[in-house]
Amino acid sequence: MSQLPSHRPETLGGYVVHNLPFPTVLSDEALALLKQMTPVQIEQVYQITYLHSYGQDSPFFAGLTNGVFLGCRDPRTGYTYATPRGHDMATGEPTQWVVLPGEGRVHAFTVCYFGSEAFLPECPFVLALIEFAGADTLFLTRLMGVDPEHPSLDWIGMKVQARYLRNSQLKPTDVYFVPA
Amino acid sequence: MPPTVYAVSGGVSKFAKARPDKTFQAVVKEAYDYALQDLGLEFAAFNELVDGSVASYFSDHFQRQLMAGIMVQDYLGLCPKPSHRVEGGGATGGLCFQEAWKSVASGHMDICVAYGFETMSHVETWKGNEFIALASDVSFDYPVGGFYSGYYAMMVTRHMQAFGTTVEQMAHVSVKNHRNAYHNPYAQKRQRYTLQDVRAAPMVAWPLTRLDICVMSDGAAVTILCSEEGVRKLERAGARITRPLVKVTGIGRGTDAMRMADRPHVDYETFMRHYATELERSSDETRAYYRRLWERGVRYPGVHSFRAGRMAGNMAWKMAGVTDPLHELDFIELHDAYTSSEIQTYEDLGLCRYGEGGPFAASGQAFMPGIDYGLDLPQPPVCPVNPSGGLIACGHPVGATGLMQAVFALWQLQGAIARHFNDPTLQVNAARRGAIHSHAGTGTYVTVTVLEREATDH
Repeated sequence: MSQLPSHRPETLGGYVVHNLPFPTVLSDEALALLKQMTPVQIEQVYQITYLHSYGQDSPFFAGLTNGVFLGCRDPRTGYTYATPRGHDMATGEPTQWVVLPGEGRVHAFTVCYFGSEAFLPECPFVLALIEFAGADTLFLTRLMGVDPEHPSLDWIGMKVQARYLRNSQLKPTDVYFVPA
Repeated sequence: MPPTVYAVSGGVSKFAKARPDKTFQAVVKEAYDYALQDLGLEFAAFNELVDGSVASYFSDHFQRQLMAGIMVQDYLGLCPKPSHRVEGGGATGGLCFQEAWKSVASGHMDICVAYGFETMSHVETWKGNEFIALASDVSFDYPVGGFYSGYYAMMVTRHMQAFGTTVEQMAHVSVKNHRNAYHNPYAQKRQRYTLQDVRAAPMVAWPLTRLDICVMSDGAAVTILCSEEGVRKLERAGARITRPLVKVTGIGRGTDAMRMADRPHVDYETFMRHYATELERSSDETRAYYRRLWERGVRYPGVHSFRAGRMAGNMAWKMAGVTDPLHELDFIELHDAYTSSEIQTYEDLGLCRYGEGGPFAASGQAFMPGIDYGLDLPQPPVCPVNPSGGLIACGHPVGATGLMQAVFALWQLQGAIARHFNDPTLQVNAARRGAIHSHAGTGTYVTVTVLEREATDH
């Protein structure tokens, strides 16, 4: 059995107070001692709901809700982006939507055993960049169906296929990949 | 060539996990007061002469305070003198230093203060990671699992697969930087670790452990830049400016796409034409080496290399007349947010060829002489990298970090490390020329600046 950690975790949150100790006589000495006072720290909550627009990238998310993986292609050069992009970075031309294959290969990956607060409940999870035949750039995704306790460089190059959430969240995680 | 710009003084607040004892303005003032004290000038006398400032801080989220820069300007008594804020992720400090250089080089100012700070302790670490991850595309990157250590770990796996880099080679960087910091009183993590300690630390994002990664911190740093006339003005007011003077001789910057997924994968000819260093282009053996890499399927920069760093390095080396940075620089303070990114940066800066960063890390060439690292290093030190301990040991209060590097580099070139650290161990012997490197995001903004001690008294 593993040992308990030697420290309890520190968290925000504590008692509500409405007053603090303060000298009753404000002598010069008492005022000078205030320079040695420990700092007062309070909690400040900050919560916002943004109305985020996917703008010109919106069809990509509409595609995911219908089980279609869209990319973008420069019609003149054929340069193809696996992550949507409204204009080509070399020619500046508007790109066209193209359907990308639902199969690709792992280009790079990691297993996150820790994460940002929003994703802590999902740890450990696997992030992967996927490459596709016919596409010049990659796509960042979650890789499922692998053992996060035994990551291996052999995963790079592994053939993977797309799966789609049945109940779309309108996020890039509406698509994820599993070993093919 | 623009007029010569001198770095004449600097100060650093000790970086700490949290500084609840002071507000951010007062922490900056610690570094400001130190820089003035080192010049031997009183606050009012210096403030009378300084022409303006540039403010460096990364995140409005951490502080929950917009326009924090003006609050520092105000607290330092610099109003109504001109100032502006710069922001470019982890490279904010490096950008700030270069903006201050521009203010002087353009003739707009004779004396300019660059100050930087960050207060990262006001939220819990995991919320802090979330804020930092907002510096990735919030449509396509962040929602997938926004976590910078995860992004860097993906680069590592690709670097390992492409070049055979090992976790033990990465651990050499951690041992070196923590051990260097043992002699730096400004550092937070002054530790003697072994390779085994690094690998046995908790795994954060495979294969990066906690000891491969820098820590969020509170802190501030200040540097003072001057024209020749600025130096004269300060000295007429009684300033003691260390001679020989230290001047800025090279400025370079580069950028890359926010999304790692969008980075190009160029062919050999494009790499040689646009990205290879002069040294690489001029060597038949190196051209053949790169040809073999491409035949094996390596493409550039992909997600294993930072073309922004290569661009910044090439620009700065060209301006400073450096062709072989490993042998023509006496030290480099570079942005080691991760042990792996120090290795990637060795390659970007041309200290070794792409693909050779791992063996270079374990070779001993980037270590300090005279320090027992407890490692069997096959080669002697050539160009110490992060003699201060870098971000991994000092910490990374984002807006302050690039300026901290500038201060440590200035002290190296002034030969003043013993005075500021109360310990001579980290003084690079006869340091004449050094570089600082500041890096944002997954390699989105990178700055490289060359600092040089004048050959003779000014």
